[in-house]
Amino acid sequence: MLSCYRILDLTDEKAFICGRALSDFGAEVIKIEKPGGDPARLKGPFYKDIADPEKNLIWFAFNSNKKGITLDIETARGQEIFKKLVKTADVVLESFAPGYLDSLGLGYEDLSKINPRIIVTSITGFGQEGPYRDYKDPDIVVRALGGLIYTAGYEDRPPLTTSYVHTHCLGAMSGAVGTMIALSHRVHTGKGQHVDAITQQALDIVCSAEIEGPYALFGEIPTRHGRARAAVTLKDGSVFYNPLLWQCKDGYIALNLLLNPASAKNNLSIMQYIKKDGIDIGSFEHWEWETKSWEDMTLEQAEELMDILGKFFMNHTKDELLVLATENRFQLGPCNNAGDVLKYPQLQARGFWKEIEHPELGTSLKYPGGAVVTTQGYCGIRHRAPLIGEHNDEIYQELVMSGDELKVLKEQGVI
Amino acid sequence: MVKKPFEGVKVVQLCWAGVGVYILNYLSHYGATTIRVETATRPDPVRLFAPYAPTNKEGEPVGLERSAFFSITHTAPEYGISLNFKQPEAIDIFKKLVAWADVVGEGFPTGVMDKLGLDYEGLKEVNPEIIMMRTCGYGHTGPMADQPGFGSILTAVTMMDTIVGWPDRAPVPPSTYYTDQLSPMYASLAIMAALDYRRRTGKGQYIDHAQIEAGLNYMTPLILDYQVNSRELALKGNKSDHAAPHGVYPCQGNDRWVAIAVMTDDEWQSFMQVIGSPDWARDSRFATAAGRVENSDELDRMVEAWTINLPPEQVMTRLQEAGVGAGVVADARDLDKDPQLNHYNFYRELDHPYMGKLRYYHPDPVKLSAVETVVQRPVLLGEHTDYICKEILGMSPDEIDRLRQKGVFD
Repeated sequence: MLSCYRILDLTDEKAFICGRALSDFGAEVIKIEKPGGDPARLKGPFYKDIADPEKNLIWFAFNSNKKGITLDIETARGQEIFKKLVKTADVVLESFAPGYLDSLGLGYEDLSKINPRIIVTSITGFGQEGPYRDYKDPDIVVRALGGLIYTAGYEDRPPLTTSYVHTHCLGAMSGAVGTMIALSHRVHTGKGQHVDAITQQALDIVCSAEIEGPYALFGEIPTRHGRARAAVTLKDGSVFYNPLLWQCKDGYIALNLLLNPASAKNNLSIMQYIKKDGIDIGSFEHWEWETKSWEDMTLEQAEELMDILGKFFMNHTKDELLVLATENRFQLGPCNNAGDVLKYPQLQARGFWKEIEHPELGTSLKYPGGAVVTTQGYCGIRHRAPLIGEHNDEIYQELVMSGDELKVLKEQGVI
Repeated sequence: MVKKPFEGVKVVQLCWAGVGVYILNYLSHYGATTIRVETATRPDPVRLFAPYAPTNKEGEPVGLERSAFFSITHTAPEYGISLNFKQPEAIDIFKKLVAWADVVGEGFPTGVMDKLGLDYEGLKEVNPEIIMMRTCGYGHTGPMADQPGFGSILTAVTMMDTIVGWPDRAPVPPSTYYTDQLSPMYASLAIMAALDYRRRTGKGQYIDHAQIEAGLNYMTPLILDYQVNSRELALKGNKSDHAAPHGVYPCQGNDRWVAIAVMTDDEWQSFMQVIGSPDWARDSRFATAAGRVENSDELDRMVEAWTINLPPEQVMTRLQEAGVGAGVVADARDLDKDPQLNHYNFYRELDHPYMGKLRYYHPDPVKLSAVETVVQRPVLLGEHTDYICKEILGMSPDEIDRLRQKGVFD
């Protein structure tokens, strides 16, 4: 759909996913790395744990579909070549510290003089202006200031960040959307603009309704409650945190337990399944599901119910509970890990996984397919990520550079 | 007057619950004319989500206009019409809106629109160039197509409930129903790409947005790691494989914390200077990143001993001034007064007829240099029913009255 657009991608690992998402919809994305390869290629995990810049799994994941060239934009000749490329492009994506490209004479103002239609999308933790502009923005720091750490974790331990480093993907994806907004605006104005995409704000949107709502209205500050998400009020007015995540036979499941008359049918049938397992449901034998809610329950009963559910889940595997949930439309699902999603029946039925050839590795790997399915063609991964400088010849020849010229540039370390 | 990016784009928005609004907000914030179709006979569940703004009078029901959850998320300008699809005339009016529109967005499980003849085939008969975006939990084909798409469960099935935790304990949820906010950006992109494509080709399309599939596109590195190294993600608290100190450290005050990440050897040098170059820090085991990671437990105790006597704001400022990544572990109050978010006017105060003045209406997390976003309080249910019927659909006041009597606008 977007094959008419050329995008130059200068981002580091924070924001690889931005150009990747645009390339899923057909845009030609040219990843520009330093001669010798992007430093991010050296940070694992790697294919078969072999530390090799051509075997980096994060590079594979978020640079697939892109073309790849090497160019040193810190040299005068490199800047000249970059400017030539900008004349042929619609968008530049970057995630350097604010002001870095300006210092090279390659900021939005400079580039728009060369190509007034160019859109520059900058993706950073905190934005291109303001008091945190020059703050370092590693994953955990941005996540903390975006409000997603304070409410994650157990009461008796420090709050938690994510063990999977991905937080900047949120800012990068809003940068992809911002780029499309700017391309749409260009239809009216004929001009490009500078898009400032900010991970801290993207995180704040994530937590806004649940964390800011209670504060804005009542000055309440939500905090962390382990496996639980939602607080309920019991008969004596006390607050009870009923767990969202539960241990089962082979891992964890999520259960959003709604205890109100509207959910009576579901809850009654869960009780039937529990009884079938031979588990005593105690006082819940006589609970009036059709009329009662959490507000009618004592703490003792709430704990009894948690005990009953806990026993039941420990009797079953994630797969069994998925079947149970699907058949009954329960608000319950497995906490999948990578092995689980690869065999998840719904994804297999939809042909979601795509086998992508990696000829250099002599193998193919399964990647997530398109994030959407459309009637105007496939929008997702098509080919593996580029090798270092894989498309140098193709792209630089298009700029009418001769073989000799390229050889010299290579010797000088420009490409 | 320079036009807004989506000026002239007409959107009919039937998305209820969490995801749809995040998808369409971007279009409506940037100039699209959006009509939100709802019914009081089966209200959007988010209109009933706590917390609620208190009512003014004792005993007055909370109603559908006081959910702060709803108003925090619905910050884009929209027109509102109420249509009760149980009435055939409501379907007729909806089809007229489809004929008027460029984009229709809906968020029901498979079957709801289909039974009403309002699937893509049905809409195409009315408007061959329509772009129809359908978002649901599992996609509109396959054995789980008709399953409800609860964010609480999708977060689990997309691996996002197994990425936060300690090695010795059960994982915890990542603060929110994460897929509700992560999956929408792909659908926004798809709609904008579809509009761009239609402008050039005249062709509309159907977009099937399965939140599980969009969500998993964020998880690719973990899926590859499992395939080639037979490794599932190991939970590691707040530690990093590549850097130390890296963690959340206790500060002065009640439940106050700071996040610190020393990512390079240069930053380690700066960090040492800020903490006053103590003898222990010059230990050769801490000289390299690999050594610091290996001895991170010991290192963390030393860092804690320094942070515990300082407020988190001071740790952040002192380290950031020295070029080391550090940030307050922000709670709701910290977010509200955060100087950076406020510099971007991220907390906009608006007046709401039922909730009064509140300071939390957010724009999108992008700022464009040539166009301003427009943030507005959420539309009330059916707020513009008469206006839409009269001005957009050209219906007469008598006709509108007649349909109202019949309950078409309930």
